[in-house]
Order: sequence, then C-alpha cells, then structure tokens
Amino acid sequence: MAERKVELKVFRYKQGQTPHYDTYNVTVDENTTVLVALQDVRRDQDTSLILRHSCHHASCGTCGMRINGQEQLACVVKVLELGTPTVVVEPLQNAPLISDLVVDMAPFYDRYNTPEMPYIRASEFWPKTDLPDGIAQYTRYENCLECGLCVSACPVAGTDSEYLGPAAMAAAARVVAEPRDSDPEFALNWVDNEHGCWRCHVAYECTEVCPSDVNPGEAIMSLRGALTRRKFRRVFGLGK
Amino acid sequence: MSHFHVVIIGGGGTGGALAHDLTLRGLKVTLVERGEVTSGTTGRHHGLLHSGARYAVKDKESAIECIEENTILRRIAPGTFEENDGLFVAVTDEDVAYSHSFIEGCGDCGIPAQRLTKEEALRLEPNLSEKTIMAVRIPDATMDAMRMPLRFFATAKKNGASVKPYTEVREILRQGNTVTGVKVVDHTSEKSYEIGADLVVNAAGPWCGKIADMVGVEVPIRPSPGVMVAVRGRWCNMVINRLNTSSDGDIVVPQRGLSVIGTSSWVVDDPDKLGLPSDHIQAMYDHGALMLPAIKDAPMRAAWSAARPLIGPRKADADTGRELSRTFKCFDHIDEGVEGFVTITGGKATTLRGMAEAAANVVCQKLGVDEPCRTRDVVLLPYTAYYA
Ligand SMILES: Cc1cc2nc3c(=O)[nH]c(=O)nc-3n(C[C@H](O)[C@H](O)[C@H](O)COP(=O)(O)OP(=O)(O)OC[C@H]3O[C@@H](n4cnc5c(N)ncnc54)[C@H](O)[C@@H]3O)c2cc1C
Ligand code: SF4
Ligand code: SF4
Ligand code: FES
Repeated sequence: MAERKVELKVFRYKQGQTPHYDTYNVTVDENTTVLVALQDVRRDQDTSLILRHSCHHASCGTCGMRINGQEQLACVVKVLELGTPTVVVEPLQNAPLISDLVVDMAPFYDRYNTPEMPYIRASEFWPKTDLPDGIAQYTRYENCLECGLCVSACPVAGTDSEYLGPAAMAAAARVVAEPRDSDPEFALNWVDNEHGCWRCHVAYECTEVCPSDVNPGEAIMSLRGALTRRKFRRVFGLGK
Repeated sequence: MSHFHVVIIGGGGTGGALAHDLTLRGLKVTLVERGEVTSGTTGRHHGLLHSGARYAVKDKESAIECIEENTILRRIAPGTFEENDGLFVAVTDEDVAYSHSFIEGCGDCGIPAQRLTKEEALRLEPNLSEKTIMAVRIPDATMDAMRMPLRFFATAKKNGASVKPYTEVREILRQGNTVTGVKVVDHTSEKSYEIGADLVVNAAGPWCGKIADMVGVEVPIRPSPGVMVAVRGRWCNMVINRLNTSSDGDIVVPQRGLSVIGTSSWVVDDPDKLGLPSDHIQAMYDHGALMLPAIKDAPMRAAWSAARPLIGPRKADADTGRELSRTFKCFDHIDEGVEGFVTITGGKATTLRGMAEAAANVVCQKLGVDEPCRTRDVVLLPYTAYYA
C-alpha cells in the first residue's frame, strides 16, 4: 500500500474567536478518505478539531463540506484522488457556522420538514418480483441524504435567506410525484411564491453537487410545470 | 418529578435511548457526546434491524432480545425502516444441513421462519445465485443507523433532556469513593467546565473502557471492529443472509440505492485506531457474491470500519471477537467500591431500547426512584424533530 504525505488546510473557528486556517501534515494511502484523514488529525494532532460524521458511506448526509472549493461528502472522497498536494477543507456555505467544519442544520430542516416529507418510498428496483406474504410492496428510503450540499452550492440561497432551497423543493416535488399520506396541493402551494420555485436561476449547480441522484434542479422544473398545469386547469374550469 | 440529575457519557443509540427512558421516568438528564451524535459505532453499523435469526442456534439469549426489540421498534418508530423482511439463503449442502437446527432455533426463540424452495426464493429476489438450494424467510428489516436513534434523541430533548454534542469528557469528578460529576470541554469554544451529577452513566460503547479508566474501575470490554462495503446498485430488496454459522461477509443489507455487505471481525486496543484492511474489502465482495453474484462487478461506493463494544476479557488474548456473546451488560461499579457510576455496554443497535431499560432500572433503583419504564409504548417523534 503506497503511503503518501499530504497537507490538509482546514478552516478553523471557535465561538468568540477569529476564524483562520490551520495546516496539518497527514500520511494517507489510496483508501484514505478526507473524513478519515480529518479523524486522524483529531486523534494524533489536534483534539479540538470538530466535524460532523456518522455513517461513513454516503447515507446519513452529515459529512458535507467544501473540499478544494467543491461541495462533497468527506466520507467518499479519497484524498489521493484529489491530486493536489494541499487539500483545502471548509464548512458548507449558506448555513449558520457553529465551529470548525460544523454548521447548524436547523434552518435546513425547518424548510425540509414543511411539505411533510415521508422518508420511505416504494422501491422501484426489480419491480416484476413476487412479494412475501403480508408485504404490500417493497419499500426503500428516499434518495435525498439531507446533506445540504445543494444548498451550499446554490447561488440564490446565498443571496435570498428566505429561499426554500433545492433540497426542500426536491422533497416537495417527491410529495407531488408520490404523495403517500401527504398533501401534494399543500406542497405545491408552499413552493408557489417568490422565495420558492419561481426564484430558481435554473443553472443546476445543485444537481451538479448532489451525491445521491436527487436532481433538485429538474425537480424544481417539474414543480413549475405542475403549477402551470394547475393554473390552466383552474382558468379553463377543468376542475382542480 | 424527581430532581435527581443523571449525566450520560456517549451519544450513540444506547445513550440516546437511555436519555429518553430516564426523562420519561421524570429524571433530569444531560447527555454529553464528544462529536456529533451517532458519530461513534452507532452511525456506522450495518443497518440491520435484526430478527434475531442470526443468533437463534448458538446465542438464544441474544436472539430473543432481538426479536422482542424488533417488534417493539417497529411499533414505536413507524416509518423508519425498510420493512421488506429477510432471507437466509442456502448455497451449499452444508447450508441446507444447517437449515434444520436454524429453523428449530428460530422456533425456540419465537422468530417466525418460513422455509422456501429455490423457485420461491428466486421469485422474491431474482438476483440470488443460481446455486441457491433453498431459503428461509425471517422478519429482518433495514434501519437507518443514524435516523432511527435520532428519534430517541429528539423525543428525549422534547421531554427536557439536555443533549450536548461536541462536548468531551476529560475527567470524572469524585468525592472520596463517590462520583459527583464530569469535567468536559466544549469543542465549539474549547472552554472547559464541570457538570455535577447524582449519578454518571458510562454509555461510551467501545470507548467505555477508556471512560472506566478515568474512574479506575474495570469494564470487560473489547473493541472488535468489522469492515463493511457499500456497493452501488440495490441488488436485493430483502436483507440477504447466508444460511450458516456466522462468518465474514455473510449479510447483504439493501439500503436506498446501495447494497451493503458485512462484515469481518477482529480485535483492537484503541477504538480510535481501526484501520481498513484491504483484504477484508475484497473478502466482502467475494462472500457477498456467493449469494448475489451481481455484487462482484458492482462499483464500490464506500468501505469503512466500525468497532463493536463486545463484552469479554479486556486484555485477554483471543484474536477474533466472534465467540463473545452479543448480549449486553449493565455494571454497577459499587462492586468495586465506587458509588454513583454505572456502565451500560455490549448489545446491538437493535437492542438499544432494551439496554436503556436495563440501565435505567439500575439507575432508578440506586437513586430510589420508583417509576416504571414506559419506552415500550411511547411512539417516538420523527428524527427531523432532533434539529428543531
Ligand atoms: C461492523 C459492525 C456492524 C454492526 N451491525 C449492526 C447491525 O446491523 N445491527 C445492529 O443492531 N447492530 C449492529 N452493530 C452493533 C451496533 O452498532 C452497536 O452495538 C451499537 O451501535 C453501540 O451503540 P452505543 O451507543 O453503545 O455505542 P457508540 O455508538 O459507539 O456510542 C458511544 C459514544 O461515546 C462517545 N464517546 C467516547 N468517548 C467519549 C468522551 N470522552 N466524552 C464524550 N463522549 C465520548 C463516542 O464518540 C460515541 O459516539 C454492528 C457493529 C459493528 C462494529
Ligand atoms: S438550479 Fe435553482 S436551486 Fe439549483 S442551484 Fe441553481 S438556483 Fe439554486
Ligand atoms: S438534494 Fe442531494 S445535495 Fe441536496 S440535500 Fe438532498 S442529497 Fe444532498
Ligand atoms: S458520514 Fe454519512 S454521508 Fe458521510
């Protein structure tokens, strides 16, 4: 296993103090992720460094950060694959900073919760199978990891603090596509305003960084389409 | 409402469930966790809501705990599991021979087990190996390793518990032989402070030996890591287990659009130094592909290690963790002459509620609080409420 030395330049901030960057030399091999390298720093060099992490396999969505300026999940980015002698690590943008690489996810979930997003969806994988007795359909978790990478990358979220944001609107679009026990009309009304789907610039920076195939940009377009169709139906008196 | 104050060290599933239980019994609770909650073993586990079938032959105590807690969790945490059940799949004659004691063991432990022919199994899961001979269906499910326990944290917080992430215990405070609180550092400001307590619970999972060292008591814990590999593609909807005694890479847990293969098992001294042996990654691919051949060519999404808190002699020289029981233990360190300090460890994520109940019983009995456990029935808040 080829070990190499790399420099990590990490954004640091402790409450009441001035933000700055600290540089750490770390030894990594081809399996070492940015997350593991940061944990090694914490263990061997600086116990004060904090970051969010949990699942270590792109499932929980907690380890989002900017790595060399790009929003990524630290648990699936290999340090050596970045190919830079210095790797710059910074917290997500457009979320309140708590300390170091930790941001406050409360505003994210405030929005995300609003359309009553069910977390379980029908599984579309291998649809032509039998089902075990007593199981009405195979189910799975929704794609969105709630990582906030899209919100960090979104230029509109950076200028309009009330913008609903790509993840929450993608969640609303999922409710419209597959309501389950939620109300799609409520979700549509919720996004139908100047901080909602009409505010989006449609440059798809969100889709670009999404690690979980959610495609929020496209989801926002689908909400616009659904709202436009609803409006026409109402104007022409074709029911709801 | 009692005015006793309990400090819980460790924000994994065990600590979270204990905070919930004690809060419901009217105690004042502060939980401290050095990182984000579930950043220890809890968030990193395989994501299997055990039916208990894996232990039904050799470890019936664990198996019964699992099926009981499996049923309770589905009731108190609706909407958190991919409830697609699981299969134990036989691909060799030896596996088929094992199926008899397996089904009998499941019966003894109260785990519903249904024998399926090869054709029936393949109709449920078309990617199963052509070598499949027969299978047994059992009530496994997929759990989100972080979001399921977050529901306990969310509910505990709502009921008044104080949850403090990024708060690391550096010292346990004592007066004579009585533990009186903890000294912590808040890593968001690097300020240290003390928290007084009537009782301190060590729920630090594989780190609980390190916490016990701060008090000078012994916890027979061995950190025993395992490697897991997540591959792209959801190659099954049910949990797929190898129908044989526990071995490397014998479970594939589907989750979202991924399939997660696990696990291996060895023993380390430091739960912060696990490493990630490359040969274990390959072993997961090889063993997983015996049940689901498509795994062989599936691109890897991630590989990682996590450490079990296994109960056993802490410094003994066994080199694999497999022979140790999976069941949990609660230690009241008054046995060693220390008052006000309890350790809860071992177990599984599936049994977090049961572990919390056992520990809360010890805590309440020590403090003279006469309140029953209510966590079997209280439906938990959604995980998103944790961030409210
Ligand atoms: C490879 C593997 C696969 C597994 N798969 C499954 C599965 O599929 N299903 C299942 O049910 N179980 C599974 N388990 C078991 C399960 O993960 C664990 O039993 C369970 O998560 C332990 O939870 P815990 O809360 O006791 O410990 P932890 O989650 O480790 O929590 C302890 C916490 O204490 C904190 N801590 C440590 N030191 C300090 C300090 N000084 N100050 C403050 N906090 C501190 C740590 O940061 C940590 O978060 C698996 C385990 C492993 C290793
Ligand atoms: S497409 Fe819309 S939501 Fe996505 S990043 Fe651009 S402005 Fe933001
Ligand atoms: S939409 Fe994608 S990037 Fe945004 S929070 Fe969900 S998973 Fe993350
Ligand atoms: S640690 Fe869970 S997504 Fe990276």
